[in-house]
Amino acid sequence: MALTGRQSLFAALTGSLVAGPALAIQPYNMPVGVTETSRTIYDLHMLVFWVCVVIGIGVFAVMFYSIWKHRKSRGHEAAKFHESTLVEFVWTVIPFAILIAIAVPATKAMIDIEDTADSDMTVKITAYQWKWHYDYLDDGVSFYSSLATPRDEIYNEAPKGEHYLLQVDNEVVLPVNKKVRFLLTANDVIHAWWIPDLAVKRDAIPGFVNEMWTRIEKPGVYRGQCAELCGRDHGFMPIVVRAVEQDEYDKWVAEKKGSVAGGASTTGNPEVTTTSGAVDDSGDTDDLAAEQDRNHDA
Amino acid sequence: MSAVTTHDDAHHEEHPSGIMRWITTTNHKDIGTLYLWFSFAMFFVGGTMALIIRTELFMPGLQVVDPQFFNSMTTLHGLIMVFGAVMPAAVGLANWMIPIMIGAPDMALPRMNNWSFWILPFAGFMLVVTLFLPGGAPAGGWTMYPPLTLQTGDAFPFLIFSVHLLGMSSIMGSINIIATILNLRAPGMTLMKMPLFVWTWLITAFLLVAVMPVLAGAVTMMLTDKYFGTAFFTAAGGGDPVMFQHIFWFFGHPEVYIIVLPAFGVLSQIVPVFARKPLFGYSSMVYATASIAFLSFIVWAHHMYTVGMPLAGQLYFMYATVLISVPTGVKVFNWTATMWRGSMTFETPMLFAIGSIVLFTLGGFTGLMLGVAPADFQYHDSYFVVAHFHYTLVTGAVIGIMGGVYLWLPKWTGRMYDEKLGKIHFWLTMIGFNLTFFPQHFLGLAGMPRRIPDYALQFTDWNMMSSVGSYIFGFAQLILVYVVIKCVRGEGEKATNEVWEGAEGLEWTLPSPPPYHSFTTPPEVK
Amino acid sequence: MAHAQGEYYVPHGTRWPFIGSVGLFFLLGGFAMFLIGSGIGSTSMAIGAAILIYMLFGWFGTVIKESQAGTYNDQVDRSFRWGMSWFIFSEVMFFAAFFGALFYVRQLSMPWLSGEGTGMVTNATLYPGYEGNWPTQANGPADMGGTYGLIPAWGIPALNTLILLSSGVTVTWAHWGLKEGNRKKLILGLFATVALGITFLSFQATEYIHAYHELNLTLASGVYGSTFFMLTGFHGLHVTLGTIMLIVILIRSIMGHFSAEHHFAFEAVAWYWHFVDVVWLGLFIFVYWV
Ligand code: HEA
Ligand code: HEA
Ligand code: CUA
Ligand SMILES: [Cu+2]
Repeated sequence: MALTGRQSLFAALTGSLVAGPALAIQPYNMPVGVTETSRTIYDLHMLVFWVCVVIGIGVFAVMFYSIWKHRKSRGHEAAKFHESTLVEFVWTVIPFAILIAIAVPATKAMIDIEDTADSDMTVKITAYQWKWHYDYLDDGVSFYSSLATPRDEIYNEAPKGEHYLLQVDNEVVLPVNKKVRFLLTANDVIHAWWIPDLAVKRDAIPGFVNEMWTRIEKPGVYRGQCAELCGRDHGFMPIVVRAVEQDEYDKWVAEKKGSVAGGASTTGNPEVTTTSGAVDDSGDTDDLAAEQDRNHDA
Repeated sequence: MSAVTTHDDAHHEEHPSGIMRWITTTNHKDIGTLYLWFSFAMFFVGGTMALIIRTELFMPGLQVVDPQFFNSMTTLHGLIMVFGAVMPAAVGLANWMIPIMIGAPDMALPRMNNWSFWILPFAGFMLVVTLFLPGGAPAGGWTMYPPLTLQTGDAFPFLIFSVHLLGMSSIMGSINIIATILNLRAPGMTLMKMPLFVWTWLITAFLLVAVMPVLAGAVTMMLTDKYFGTAFFTAAGGGDPVMFQHIFWFFGHPEVYIIVLPAFGVLSQIVPVFARKPLFGYSSMVYATASIAFLSFIVWAHHMYTVGMPLAGQLYFMYATVLISVPTGVKVFNWTATMWRGSMTFETPMLFAIGSIVLFTLGGFTGLMLGVAPADFQYHDSYFVVAHFHYTLVTGAVIGIMGGVYLWLPKWTGRMYDEKLGKIHFWLTMIGFNLTFFPQHFLGLAGMPRRIPDYALQFTDWNMMSSVGSYIFGFAQLILVYVVIKCVRGEGEKATNEVWEGAEGLEWTLPSPPPYHSFTTPPEVK
Repeated sequence: MAHAQGEYYVPHGTRWPFIGSVGLFFLLGGFAMFLIGSGIGSTSMAIGAAILIYMLFGWFGTVIKESQAGTYNDQVDRSFRWGMSWFIFSEVMFFAAFFGALFYVRQLSMPWLSGEGTGMVTNATLYPGYEGNWPTQANGPADMGGTYGLIPAWGIPALNTLILLSSGVTVTWAHWGLKEGNRKKLILGLFATVALGITFLSFQATEYIHAYHELNLTLASGVYGSTFFMLTGFHGLHVTLGTIMLIVILIRSIMGHFSAEHHFAFEAVAWYWHFVDVVWLGLFIFVYWV
C-alpha cells in the first residue's frame, strides 16, 4: 500500500475524526513483539499504564465531582478545614506501596535483560554516520547496512513505498530461537540500535562496547531505527532484521561468505556524506586514532 | 484612584524615562516586567521553531527544511524554550511578586537584579545568531551530547558561551531571590507563613545555585575538548562520552523541577483564591517541595538507562526515580483537597490552574512509566518521551505560569483583563495542546524516534493531527498577547486592591497597580 | 542619588550592570571568534576586558562610596552576606563538576577501558591488552600526548599547601587586627596574605612550566592531563582573583576604609580566600596525593 501525501491526509482526517471501523487506525501502542523480553516489557508497560489509569480516575473523579458540586454558582459555601495529618499520611503511604508493587516485576525484568550469558552466537554492531556495520563473530560474515529508500521518494518525487525509510540494502539475518548476543559500539558519535518488536535498545558509544541480547521466537522481518540523535541523517539509518529458521540461516551464511561482503550501497540518504570512507571491515581498534582526530578537530 | 497617581508621580520625580529607565532600573517591578516581556518574546521565537518542526513533520518526506536545519530547529527550540522562555518567566514572576508577598521594599540586591536580567538578551542573541554562522546553528539537541555536538561548526563556542551567560544570569537571579526571602521578610512573616509561591521559589533558587555551575563545568569541559586537546569525553584518551551525560543530567534533572516548581507555587496561589478556602496541607506542601528538590539530585541517570550502566546503577536510579511520584502526588492531592468543599468559581486563572494540574498529572504518569527502567528501553528517545515532557513542561510550567499571569495581571496593570477572551484563550489552548501532544504518546509507543525530520508511513496520521494541533495551540497564544496589551494600555475595567473575592495575602492589600515602591515601611504581619 | 527605603537602602538606577553585560558580550563573543579563527576576536576580547574593568571600578567605586557614607544598615549588610555565601556555594558546585569528572575517570572510565567490571568486553574487543594505570598511564588507550611524568605530591604541591594554609592563618590574624582596631596588624596580616598568594602562584607557574617542558605533561595528556590542568588551572585562576581582591582590600585598609564593626568587604574576601584554600586541600589530596 503506497500512500501519497494526499491519500494519507484523507486517512488522517477521516480516520481520526470519524474513526469509521472500515478505516484502519494506525498503530498506537507498544508492540507485544516476538521475544520474551518484549512481552515482559509490554506487560510491565500495560501494568504501569493501568495503575496510572486507576489512580488518575480516582483523583480526577474527586476533583471533577468537587468542581461540579462545590461551586459558588450552586450556592456552595466554603468549608474551613485545611489540614489533616491522617489524610496526608494515607496518601503518602498508598502511592509508596503501589510503587513497591511496580518495582518488583520491574527489577526481575531488568535483571533478565542484563543477563547476556550463555549466548549461542555473537554479532558485533558498529554504528557510523549514517549506516550500520555488522560483524558475525562466529560465522565470519560482515557487511554494511544502510538505507535503501530511493532519494526520489524522500523528496516526494516518487510515490512512497510500503516500507518507506525502513528498508535497507543488507538485512541482518538471524536464526530464530537462538540467544543472540550483540556487541555494540560506534565509530564517530553516539547512535542507538532499536527494534521495537525485539524490545532491544542500547546506545552505541564510540570507544566503548555495550552488550545486549535477544532471542527471536518467530520468523519474520522486524524493522527499527537509530534512536539517538547522530547528526544530519539520524532519521535515515534504519535497521532491518530478518529472522529465519536455522537451516535457512546457515544457507544465508554460506551464500554471504561466497559473495563480496561490503557496503557499497544504493542509498537514498539525502546527500550522504560518508565521513568514514577509509574505514575497513576488519575491526575498529585501528580506528582509535581516526576517532580521536575526529573528536578533536571536528 | 490615588494609587495610580502615586505610581506616576514616582516616575516623574526620580526616574529616567524612555529606554534608559529600563536599562538602568533597579526596581523589582520594572525588572520583573522586563523578564516577562523577554520571556514572552522568546516563547514566540521558540514556538515559531516548533511550528517549523511540526510543519516538516506534517507529512512523510522532506518538504520544507533540510535535515540538518531541522536538527538545529529542535536544538534551538529546546534551548530557547527552557532557558529563554520558561525560566525567565518564572524569574519575572518572582521579581514582581516575592517582595510584595513578603512585605519587602525591593529585591535584596537591586543592582545585581538589573544585571541578571540584562545578561539575558545578550546571551539570547549569542544563541540565535548562530543560525547565520558557517556550519549552521547547533544541531546536537538541547542536551548537547558529545561527540555529536563537537561536530558543530563555528556556532560551537557561541553555544558554549551563551550557556555560560545564561547560567550566570540564573545564578545571580537566584542568589538575589534567596537573599530577599531570607533577609527581607516583614516582621512577623515567618518562614512557615510565607505564601507557597515564595517557598517554591526559595527551593528552586537553591536548586539553581547548586546545578547551574555544574552545567557550566560540563560545557567548559566540552569547550576544552574541542579546542584545547583535553580528553574528558574521548575514550581514546581515557575519558568517556557518557560522562558528559552524567554531568549534564546532574544539572538537567533538577532543571526540570526548577522549571516546574515555581509554576507549582503559582498553582498553590491560584487554587485557594478561587476555592475561597485556605490551601490544604500547607506544611506538607512545603515538605513535599523540599523532598522533590532533594530527590531531584539523585535520580539523574533515568535519562540514561540505555547507555549501558551496570545493573546496580540501573536499579538504583529506577527506585529513586519512581519515588518522586510520592511527594509530587502529595501536591496533586493537596490541590484537590483544597478544591474539595470549597466555593469555587472559574475565572480564567482558575481554569488554567485546573488545566495545568490535570494535564501535569498525566505528564507525571508518563514520567512514572518512563522511570520504570526495563520499559524505558522501549520508550527512550521516542515520541513518548516528547509527549511526556511537553505534558510536564507546557502544561505543568507554561500553562501554570499563564494562570499566574491572568491572576496577577490586574494587580500589575490595574485593569481587569478581558474575561471572555481569557476563556477563549483557555479552551483553544486546551484543545490545541492535547491535539498536538496526545497523539505523540501513540507515535512513541508505535516506535517513532524523536529528533527525526521524516518518518515511516505508519506514523502519518498521528503526526498530521499533532501538526494541526500545534497551529491551533500556537495561534491561540496571540490572544494572550492581545489580552495583555489591552491591560497594559489601560483598557478595561479598573481593578480593586483585592482583585479577587477570595484573595488573601499582602499583595492584595496594595493598590492595583502597586506604587513604584511597594512597602516604604514594612507591614506588620499578624 | 540615594534615598533610604525605610531603613533598607535601595539604589536608584545604575548603568554599571548594563555596561557589564556589554563587556561580557564583547569578551566572550570575542573569545568565540578567536576560537573559530576570526581576526577580530582578540580585539573584541581586549575591548570587552577593558569595558569589564571599567565597569568593576565604576560599580565597586559606587558601592564603596555608599558604604563610606554609611548608607548601608545592618540589614543591607546581611543581604551582602547571604549574597556572598551563596556565590561561594555556586563556586563550590562549579568545582564539584570537575571533581566529579576526576572521580568518574578514576573510578569508572579508566577501569572500564582497562577491562574491569562491565568494561570487560570493551577492553577485549577494542583495546586488547590495554591496562591504563592511574596515574602513570592515564592518558587512554591511544596514549594521547605520549608518556608523561608526574609531579610528586611532596615537592612543590606540599609546599604550596603549607603556603595556602598559612595564608589562611595570616588573613585571620589580619581580621583580628581589624576587630581590635589594630591597623598595623591588619595591614601586616593582609600584606603577608597577598605575598603568600603571589608566592603560591609563582610556584604553580614554575610547576606548570616544568610539567610542559620537562615532563611532557600537558592539557592534552589524556584524561590525566585534562583533569590535572583543569582542576589546578581553575583553582589557580581563583587564587589569582582572590589575590587581586586581597590587594584591593589591602589598599582600602591602608586608606582606612574599615572600622572594627563595619567591614563586610574584608570578610567577603576572607571567606573567598578560605574557600580557595579548602579547594586546594581537595586538590592536594585527590589530584596530587592519593
Ligand atoms: C517540568 C518538567 C518535568 C517534570 C516535572 C518531569 C517529571 C518526571 N519525569 Fe520527566 N522529563 C522532562 C521534564 C520533566 N519531567 C524532560 C524535559 C525530559 C526529556 C529530556 C530530554 O531527553 O530532552 C524528561 C524525561 C524523563 C525521563 C527519561 C526518558 C527517556 O529519555 O528515556 C524519565 C525517566 O525516568 C522521566 C521521569 C520523570 C518522572 C518519574 C517524573 C516525576 O516527577 C513525575 C511525578 C508525578 C506524578 C507521578 C503524577 C502525580 C502523582 C500522583 C497523582 C500520585 C500517585 C501516583 C503514583 C504512585 C503513580 N522524565
Ligand atoms: C518549556 C519548554 C517547551 C515548550 C513551551 C515547548 C513547546 C512546543 N514544543 Fe517543544 N520541546 C522542548 C521544550 C518545549 N517545547 C524541548 C526541551 C524539546 C527537546 C529538544 C531536543 O530534542 O533537543 C522539545 C522538542 C519538541 C519536539 C520534538 C522535536 C524533535 O524531536 O525533532 C516537538 C515536535 O513536535 C515540539 C513541539 C512543540 C510545540 C508544537 C510547542 C508549542 O507549545 C509551541 C507553541 C507555539 C507558539 C507559541 C508559536 C506562536 C507563534 C505564532 C503564532 C506565529 C506568529 C509568529 C510571530 C509573531 C513571530 N517540541
Ligand atoms: Cu545514528 Cu541516529
Ligand atoms: Cu529527569
